[in-house]
Amino acid sequence: MDKVIVTIIGAFGIVFTYWFFLFKKEKEVQANGSIDIIVDGGYSPSLISLEVNKKIIINFLRKDSNSCLEEVVFPDFKIKRYLPLNKKVTIELNPSKKGEYSFRCGMNMFHGKIVVK
Amino acid sequence: MANLKKSFSIKGMHCASCVKVIEKELSKTKGVVSANVNLATEEAFVEFDPKLTSDAVICSAVSNVGYKALASEDKTDKELEKKEKEKEIKTLKKKAFISLFLGGLILWGSFPGIVNFSPVFLRNFFVQFLLATPVQFWAGLAFYKATIPALKHRTANMDTLVAVGTSVAYLYSVFITFFPNIMLKMSIEIMPYFDVSTIVIGLILLGRFFEARAKGQTSEAIKKLIGLQAKTARVLVNGKEKDVSIEDVKIGDIVRVRPGEKIPVDGSIIEGESSIDESMITGESIPVDKFKGDRVIGATFNKSGTFLYKAEKIGEETMLAQIVKLVQSAQGSKAPIQRLADTISSYFVPIVIMLAIVTFVIWFDFGPSPSLPFALLNMVAVLIIACPCAMGLATPTAVMVGTGKGAENGILIKDAQSLEISHKIDTVVFDKTGTLTKGEPEVTDVISLSYDLKDKILFYAASLEKGSEHSLADAILKEAESFKIKLKKVDKFKAIAGHGIEGEIDKKMIYFGNRKLMEREKIDIKKAEEKLSKLEEEGKTSMLLAENKKLVGIIAVADPIKESAKAGIDELSSMGIETVMLTGDNERTANAIAKKIGIKKVLADVLPEDKKIEIEKIQENGKIVAMVGDGINDAPALVLANVGIAMGTGTDIAMESSDITLVNKDLRSVAKSVRLSKLTMRTIRMNLFWAFGYNIILIPVAMGALYPFFNILLSPIFASAAMALSSVSVVTNSLRLKGVK
Repeated sequence: MDKVIVTIIGAFGIVFTYWFFLFKKEKEVQANGSIDIIVDGGYSPSLISLEVNKKIIINFLRKDSNSCLEEVVFPDFKIKRYLPLNKKVTIELNPSKKGEYSFRCGMNMFHGKIVVK
Repeated sequence: MANLKKSFSIKGMHCASCVKVIEKELSKTKGVVSANVNLATEEAFVEFDPKLTSDAVICSAVSNVGYKALASEDKTDKELEKKEKEKEIKTLKKKAFISLFLGGLILWGSFPGIVNFSPVFLRNFFVQFLLATPVQFWAGLAFYKATIPALKHRTANMDTLVAVGTSVAYLYSVFITFFPNIMLKMSIEIMPYFDVSTIVIGLILLGRFFEARAKGQTSEAIKKLIGLQAKTARVLVNGKEKDVSIEDVKIGDIVRVRPGEKIPVDGSIIEGESSIDESMITGESIPVDKFKGDRVIGATFNKSGTFLYKAEKIGEETMLAQIVKLVQSAQGSKAPIQRLADTISSYFVPIVIMLAIVTFVIWFDFGPSPSLPFALLNMVAVLIIACPCAMGLATPTAVMVGTGKGAENGILIKDAQSLEISHKIDTVVFDKTGTLTKGEPEVTDVISLSYDLKDKILFYAASLEKGSEHSLADAILKEAESFKIKLKKVDKFKAIAGHGIEGEIDKKMIYFGNRKLMEREKIDIKKAEEKLSKLEEEGKTSMLLAENKKLVGIIAVADPIKESAKAGIDELSSMGIETVMLTGDNERTANAIAKKIGIKKVLADVLPEDKKIEIEKIQENGKIVAMVGDGINDAPALVLANVGIAMGTGTDIAMESSDITLVNKDLRSVAKSVRLSKLTMRTIRMNLFWAFGYNIILIPVAMGALYPFFNILLSPIFASAAMALSSVSVVTNSLRLKGVK
């Protein structure tokens, strides 16, 4: 009986893990000119949309002491910046092509996305 | 506008009364709200209204009373980063060693075998609980702090795995310690795993400590470059020297540099001469002699003479700032090889959590008795051993060390992609003028065919060339000047594109140009043919001089080959890379030069606009082509080549259109770049192989895959040691690149 219960709970755990981590829907935030991103256990907001050929100023504020998040990298724009704790860091982008541009932490564990429309 | 608070560094203070004097003077200054001077740190903290006063006014107020003040800028991100890093490393070290010490005590009191030699109190589960709790919630706090906000975002990382893994072991042990009867009823042995939870935390923190220390070294090159910047400059103001902060130097300022001093910003020498060590920028170890009119680079080191120079580039515009910017952006770029690791890492942690659940269920359902502790320990081992960090670190650390190493040697790599492609290069195309040669033609032969004096040939040619803009004109004028030949005014001057020039001197019609000009003017050149072909075979460009339609002389000009050319080509050939020379020169001259430096394939008579087409043709044969040029005239060819290498000065457009810029202009650096790329790629491959192989092999082992065959199980303690080692080894492997010559 124990085994049946453990198996059922385990199966439920697997489905839950899959749903919880891999089926999340990001809330897209429309950026107009500038946007503040709080870095705390990830990026919020982590999905930003903007119009092509419009300059955007992104202000990062790291509140998380985890060293994983201490750097933010925009590989497509060749930007890598150190984010000091509790200090605003401004990054300016001017995407000239439509598409999706990801950004991530230095160790590639946390991700965000900029959708240029 | 709100008041500003700023610190100024003060020089020249000796005692407390100096402090008072400065404070008094500052508080009298209009706009200053408060002033506090600290003798120990030699700083003044001033609060002032920026509308009423400025840095300069405050500095001059301090100098009025006999001291020197410099406005110190706000702490830069770099300084903050350094401070935070140092703090982090210190904390990690402390926490790791305390955890391992406490964990060691628990292990002594619980591990079969050594337990018999331990003091009795250590065997007490409650004592073990007391030792394990601070490790779990003080040393391990960082794991929880990272996990909880991450879960809010529905993401998981390494810390999640450690937090979940150690919490499971800890909570199970707490339950056993406080409710042993319930466990006994389930016929489970009363055996807590406080040793596992503490030592795992200790080892992972230890690994992080080593990793943080090693990671700091990967960005050393950039820090070194930034550290090269001079802090002050000695500017001439109204004929007097004044030390100013580097930020206060303006374009056009006249700066004096003495022997043994750093040159503050970029500019040109206006008085004096010196020998300058530019190795920090160009990688060239031999000092360069510089004279009036020569350019000097900020951050380089003045060795012997004193000179005055005019500041031409400051702040972000200086070569050093440009190099730092380029290296930084290269380190932030993504190598294509990283794509696979990127895709995997975004699914990695959830998959590991699912595998851990599978492990628990399988061991609980099918494992030997007692099934619960087995299931639990193996699940913890799976959570602990998985190491996504190693995969995340594999490429960027190698790219950082590789690009940094390049910058140290005067090789600036634009991005990780260029670094990656360079290792595949099998053909290198060199532009001739200014790349293989110095780009400063010199007159080598003046041959008279009818006059007795060679001077007359030079006199006619130089007088004509004075009005010309031809690239060889300079060489001829210089030669005439060295013989102190007086030039005359030319009438009816005419330049015929692609042919030469003509004009009237002393009522004689003079023609000066190539064969085409002579043909056009129907001038017989038969008697010069032999001499002409000899000169061309020597790699010289010949020009013919005719007086009233009669050939009278030849002037040959050659562009000296760079000293590093032959060695550079030889190195590439020894690496099995084909070299090609691309030039607008005629075939015979081009072949002669190619032969001298060891290039086998020559593409001669190529017009500047057709260079691109030639590159395309080579690429069509399936070759991976690097084009080496000056980056200005051949920008389209550089862009089209798989890798564009510019022999640049580091400041101009050359850096934009090229993938690699050779600041040192040394042709041996082409082979060096390819070698650096090969070594970096090898390091990346090794790192990725290790990081992936590690996870692919050890996760199944932690799940118990070897148990049915060999009875082997992986203890979570060993799992944590292996995990800590894996990321440290990846970073250390990347650091090995630093030792490359």
